Amino acid sequence: MLIWDEFAIGTYFTVSTVFLIMGLIPDIAAVRDLATGWRKKLYAITAVGWRGTNEQWRHYTRGYLYLAALATPLVLSVHSVVSWDFAMALVPGWHATLFAPYFVAGAIYSGVAMVITLLVPIRKLFHLEEIITIHHFENLAKLCLLTGLIVSMSYCTENFTAWFGGNPHERAAFWYRAFGPFWWASWTMNICNGLLPWLLWSKKVRTSVVALFVVSIFVNVGMWFERFVIIVVSLAGEPFERFANATYNPTWADWGIMAGSFGWFFMWFLLFVKNFPAVSISEVKEVLPAPRRGKAVAA
Amino acid sequence: MKLVNPLTAIFHPPPTPGVLGVFGHLDAALEAIRQLRKGGHTDFTVYSPVPRHELEDALDQPVSPVRMFTLIGGIAGCAIGAWLTLYMSYDWPIVLGGKPIGSIPPYVVIMFEMTVLFGALSTILGIAFNALFAARRLGTVAYDARFTNDKFGIFVPSESARQSQVESLLRGAGAEEVRRA
Repeated sequence: MLIWDEFAIGTYFTVSTVFLIMGLIPDIAAVRDLATGWRKKLYAITAVGWRGTNEQWRHYTRGYLYLAALATPLVLSVHSVVSWDFAMALVPGWHATLFAPYFVAGAIYSGVAMVITLLVPIRKLFHLEEIITIHHFENLAKLCLLTGLIVSMSYCTENFTAWFGGNPHERAAFWYRAFGPFWWASWTMNICNGLLPWLLWSKKVRTSVVALFVVSIFVNVGMWFERFVIIVVSLAGEPFERFANATYNPTWADWGIMAGSFGWFFMWFLLFVKNFPAVSISEVKEVLPAPRRGKAVAA
Repeated sequence: MKLVNPLTAIFHPPPTPGVLGVFGHLDAALEAIRQLRKGGHTDFTVYSPVPRHELEDALDQPVSPVRMFTLIGGIAGCAIGAWLTLYMSYDWPIVLGGKPIGSIPPYVVIMFEMTVLFGALSTILGIAFNALFAARRLGTVAYDARFTNDKFGIFVPSESARQSQVESLLRGAGAEEVRRA
């Protein structure tokens, strides 16, 4: 099953990376033609000779279309395959057919929340208020609400099937989640992922950047605890003997890996937004009306 | 005798003679394309900061062959995924749970992922091959840094005898600036 992971995550990483780099090429060429100094050299190399000729656009737009067409099912597949790694195991709390749609919705939910968390400070720092508008935030909030409701529904379903299925180990696992020593992790997850996003039904919250930022932070925390509940709490102690000497305490190495993963992400993220276009230039230009004679150019 | 440096020949080829027009307006560039095609020009280059369907329609180009790269890459990836999993199973056969040695359902995941991986990578190769390497004269055709920003451009390769004719055509269509290269 971990062979599945290797192929799914390896493919996802590779295809997402080339998709990102491919989308950047016309933008890097645009900044190359305006930059000076060492950055001009960097962009001249990374733009790989892009000039926006009709031949280049002809092949590029076609290829980009196919990359998008290949990357879309890949999102569904990678989270389904990762969830099957759990579902194929016999551990109570993991062995459920619900897992694939549950993980896909959870991934989009936490992904959108993370986008809001990162977008709010970036928009402020780089003065992108006119490019990333409240309208965009409201749409993100709606997607967040929809996927959050699917995730909440999945929580209800997995608890229901654990009870209704009648398997004593499965029932014990879910009882242990809610009322065992890790009750605080489960209830943090339920409140942050299930209850707080109901604030997004209000248009006032959806159109307030500050409120969205706060809600998105809670969703991030909730989704982190979802991983904790599924992995740590399901495995704590002996999965088939609930309440038998069950415990888990993170060591300094666990904390270190977590801090390091945050550092690793933010290093690359900040280097990227500092040196490369954070918002797709050519795609923003594409939605503007083209300049025509006798008409003022739209700002 | 002076030897030709092959690297210079590839990366710094001699410039192609011709006329370069800079356009501030899309409809002016479209007009110029229509007149150039009517006048029998076929090998001119159009620069644009964004892809525009109007330009595609005016140029009436065939569909990019990149799609064949995607198709062949995807089929090859699927076949390699099937071959990899089945060959490895039969090469070291271990019966698990009374199931057949080559049990297809778990291999479908590998086949799907390999289809996407090879399809995507061969699409990248297709774009690179067609747009960057196979584009003849790319480095020799006159270019202006404004073409990735807010201007459209048309470069018409032409001998010096015909250059003034092309110049007046581009100006008449509404070029903001015309220069010889």
